[in-house]
Amino acid sequence: MAPRLPDILNPPEAPPGAPPRTPVARIEGLTRAFAGRTVLDGVDLTIARGEFVAMLGRSGSGKSTLLRALAGLDDDAGGGVTVDGTVAVAFQEPRLIPWRRVIANLALGLRGVPDPRAAALAALAEVGLTERADAWPLTLSGGEAQRASLARALVREPDLLLLDEPFSALDALTRIAVHRLVLDLWARHGPGILLVTHDVDEALLLADRVLVLDGGRIAHEEQVTLPRPRHRDHPELVALRSTLLERLGVTLEGTT
Amino acid sequence: MSAPVLDLAVRGPAARRRRPKIPGTAWKRLVSPLVILVVWQLASSAGILPDRLLAAPATLVGTAVDLIQAGTLQTALLVSLQRVAIGFTIGAVAGVGLALIAGLSRFGEHAVDPPMQMLRAIPLFGLIPLFILWFGIGETPKIAILVLGVAFPLYLNTFAGIRGVDGKLAEVAKVQRLTRAELIAHIVLPGALPQTLVGLRQSLGIGWLALIVAEQINADAGLGYMINDAREFLRTDVIVVGLVVYCVLGLITDALVRLLERRALTWRRGFLTS
Repeated sequence: MAPRLPDILNPPEAPPGAPPRTPVARIEGLTRAFAGRTVLDGVDLTIARGEFVAMLGRSGSGKSTLLRALAGLDDDAGGGVTVDGTVAVAFQEPRLIPWRRVIANLALGLRGVPDPRAAALAALAEVGLTERADAWPLTLSGGEAQRASLARALVREPDLLLLDEPFSALDALTRIAVHRLVLDLWARHGPGILLVTHDVDEALLLADRVLVLDGGRIAHEEQVTLPRPRHRDHPELVALRSTLLERLGVTLEGTT
Repeated sequence: MSAPVLDLAVRGPAARRRRPKIPGTAWKRLVSPLVILVVWQLASSAGILPDRLLAAPATLVGTAVDLIQAGTLQTALLVSLQRVAIGFTIGAVAGVGLALIAGLSRFGEHAVDPPMQMLRAIPLFGLIPLFILWFGIGETPKIAILVLGVAFPLYLNTFAGIRGVDGKLAEVAKVQRLTRAELIAHIVLPGALPQTLVGLRQSLGIGWLALIVAEQINADAGLGYMINDAREFLRTDVIVVGLVVYCVLGLITDALVRLLERRALTWRRGFLTS
């Protein structure tokens, strides 16, 4: 039922002898505590260039804290966080500036580009929002606003794209469309991606590698090698799903 | 007064402005004011309401025409408008300026906000005796009262507006590596604008009141002088005409601010759909 996405979505493994993929972000021994409660307890994480990493965790597991440290929004994160290149973030809420039109939201702060407006228009075209370029953000639907937020992140051509549960507020149908869009954009622009989510299916459908953050550490890690587009009923994903859910403290006994 | 917090994300139908009523029913709202006018006129004509207490509506119209023909009203109006223009300009610049200083830096906040919060507790009109001692009875004390009346609502609202701007947008600015100037120009100031406009309306309301009170201080020109002078001669018609002019001026400035809001806040859903 799903149309085949271009093969570019599944870049071939690096040939033997090629240099190993360099990291775009590295976290070493990151420890963060708020009001005496330890949220992150010596987290180590490396994200390779062009790698799609998903991080799962229960509420309060420190997922967002980790993402904020990578985004440079945590002034006290210290030297344990290094990002080699530019970072862009799509937040849980689209966070568009309501008093600037959509196109201006994208173009704002865009430097090193000869024509920011043209670049912004091109990014809007990529997410299918060309005709909403001059709209006020408050008039966008939830899905449109989230796509605009993605476009705003991508127009910066980031080396590392951080996605902080950007799909959680979307309805199921819109979410499927935006998942596809993210994969498409990822294939075209090739940033390293860290997707923070609490949706196991979402992580399995999208990512190369799925991490579980628990007790302030990366408690579990799974590689997902299935080619995309993936179907959630694939036996490998089904197996991975129950493993991950178990790691998240959800047992499936008594349910189907 | 509306809460100074700007929760931009959830501005919804609650903030929506009502359009004027349906024209078909608008006349119904005119009936009772007209009845009151007619009763007032009848009472005056019948001698129940003597002229020395309140002049009849018909007399008021005649008086207004006379005052305009003699040029008295225009001269008085011009003097009063000039006072408001000077007082409002100084007060607005001071109020908004201080709010920017206090709102845009912690140092500014510590330096400016405590004295402003203390001073705003002083009853404005209680300062009149002091101002007369300081500035005499010329134009200065009148302007000074106006300046204070205008500056405080603008200061308080603009400051609250700046501080009420969504911190999440500041994070966006940080992620997008906006400069401080860009942050202020694109996020902080436009974000504070709706609250500043609330302050502007309060300022104008207090400003007109301050003018009326200030003009009672030994004025030798202006609407207040015209009214005071009329009192000496029991001319209730002139007094009422003066009051009506104050009313109209207040309504005009309020309409101007509404127009300004409409133009400046088009990004709000409520303004778009109305």
